[in-house]
Amino acid sequence: MYSIFLKEIRSFLSSLIAYVVIIVFLLLVGLFTWVFAEGNVLSLGYSNLDVLFFVAPWVFVFLISAITMRSFSEEIRQGTFETLSTKPITDFQIILGKYFAAICLVAFAILPTLLYFYSIYQLGLPKGNIDVGATWGSYIGLLMLGACYAAIGIFASAITSNQIIAFILGMFLCFFFYVGFQQLSNLSLFGGLDHLIQWLGIQYHYDSISRGVVDTRDIIYFVSVITGFLGLTYLVLDRRKW
Amino acid sequence: MSILVENLTKIYGSQKAVDSISFSIDAGEIVGFLGPNGAGKSTTMKILSGFIPASSGTAEVLGLDVSKNELEVKRKIGYLPELNPLYNDMYVSEYLQFNANMYRIKNAKEEINRIIDVTGLTLERKKKIGQLSKGYKQRVGIAQALINDPDVLILDEPTSGLDPNQMTEIRQLIVSLGKDKTILLSTHIMQEVEAMCNRVIIINNGKIVADDDVTSLKSIIGNESNAMIVRFRDDISINDLRKQKGIESVKERINNSFEIVASEKVNLPEVLFKYALENNTIILEQKEVSSSLESVFQRLTKDV
Repeated sequence: MYSIFLKEIRSFLSSLIAYVVIIVFLLLVGLFTWVFAEGNVLSLGYSNLDVLFFVAPWVFVFLISAITMRSFSEEIRQGTFETLSTKPITDFQIILGKYFAAICLVAFAILPTLLYFYSIYQLGLPKGNIDVGATWGSYIGLLMLGACYAAIGIFASAITSNQIIAFILGMFLCFFFYVGFQQLSNLSLFGGLDHLIQWLGIQYHYDSISRGVVDTRDIIYFVSVITGFLGLTYLVLDRRKW
Repeated sequence: MSILVENLTKIYGSQKAVDSISFSIDAGEIVGFLGPNGAGKSTTMKILSGFIPASSGTAEVLGLDVSKNELEVKRKIGYLPELNPLYNDMYVSEYLQFNANMYRIKNAKEEINRIIDVTGLTLERKKKIGQLSKGYKQRVGIAQALINDPDVLILDEPTSGLDPNQMTEIRQLIVSLGKDKTILLSTHIMQEVEAMCNRVIIINNGKIVADDDVTSLKSIIGNESNAMIVRFRDDISINDLRKQKGIESVKERINNSFEIVASEKVNLPEVLFKYALENNTIILEQKEVSSSLESVFQRLTKDV
């Protein structure tokens, strides 16, 4: 697993994907947080990072799909998946290696935003006047959300040898899991089931964790989504053996 | 016994890609796996390497059932897939290091150096794989298969798409590797089998049609054919030629040359010489069509 992880990280770095992802993420999130007229921190005057945590999931929808779109589709297209899977490692180790590499990249994209947190902490009146608990909760939520997106993206990449299709499909699934369920439940079509449908979406749990209370139920939800999609990926790769 | 295949069958949908084949390969043999495209060579090799399972039957490598001891078998063999898939944006030594990591090889640095030496990649080790010529890419593919110093090498079309010089080089490499390894290689080029292998297994439509030493296989057919290519100085009539005693078929080629097949009983050079005398012409060139494995192959794999 470690060998795959290392190879993926190297390939992120050598193909510039890593730099582009990190820079674009910081640029977009930074612009929304500090510069763009509507709702930036300075003009609103509230000492929190709500803008960042509102924008980041949307930016991740396409950035994380872009990170993961190559992971399996390229291996399948080039035929290198055959070489990989005739090495003494299991399919699951291959999946996990690629998955953790993607998460690692996501984490490194989020990491510099801690500077924003520090800035607001310093700018607060009086100094330090920011809801630290809620901010940390939001960071954990954002990381969990990124981890879900990565699992979804890896799954999308395993079902096709075409990167573009993997990218678009990954984006759609991430989008749907983030707000799709929420919106469905807002339509009030399913009566008593509405709450359950809302509960299936990532946004519900993301918002809940952002309040600063790290609830085990939310963590279990995130872990289940991740396990589910990685499991599906395994099944898709295993299909060749049927 | 290095490789043992018994009643191996692979069914894709409703199509039998491999149809109940059995063969065995002893330690130290270099065996050519020969057949037209789509005959089932690659499928058999994919099953042996543990990439896909068989529908029924058993495949054993070094005494281990591939389906039951997948990881163990993978640890012990080297496999070069068809079309030699590689990561073009990796450096040669980086790629080999990556492969060594997957086998958790202890003294990886020394092993990599040894393999780079064996495969003649010393000058290319710091280049990106994408920059290499096809021949050198093929060496990288073989190096990747050798990284765990396997006893059994399975090479799927190791020379396809190379130019003649590169082909010769890769063949020499394989022959030298064959001194202390068992090698099963697939190809559809007959000369290749003649150049490298002790034994040949010919497969067609998923079935084994021949399994013999290269020499004895050639001799089976060698006695039967009586064919020549001749070139005359002047234009002659192909129909006249066909009427000569003992001649079974005549095919016209360029520059008044003909490919002639005669029955076994007649002395073909004699017939041709007489014919030339009678028609006032001269034979400029005359050569026997050697019964190569090619003709064996064509005969055995022609769909009846």
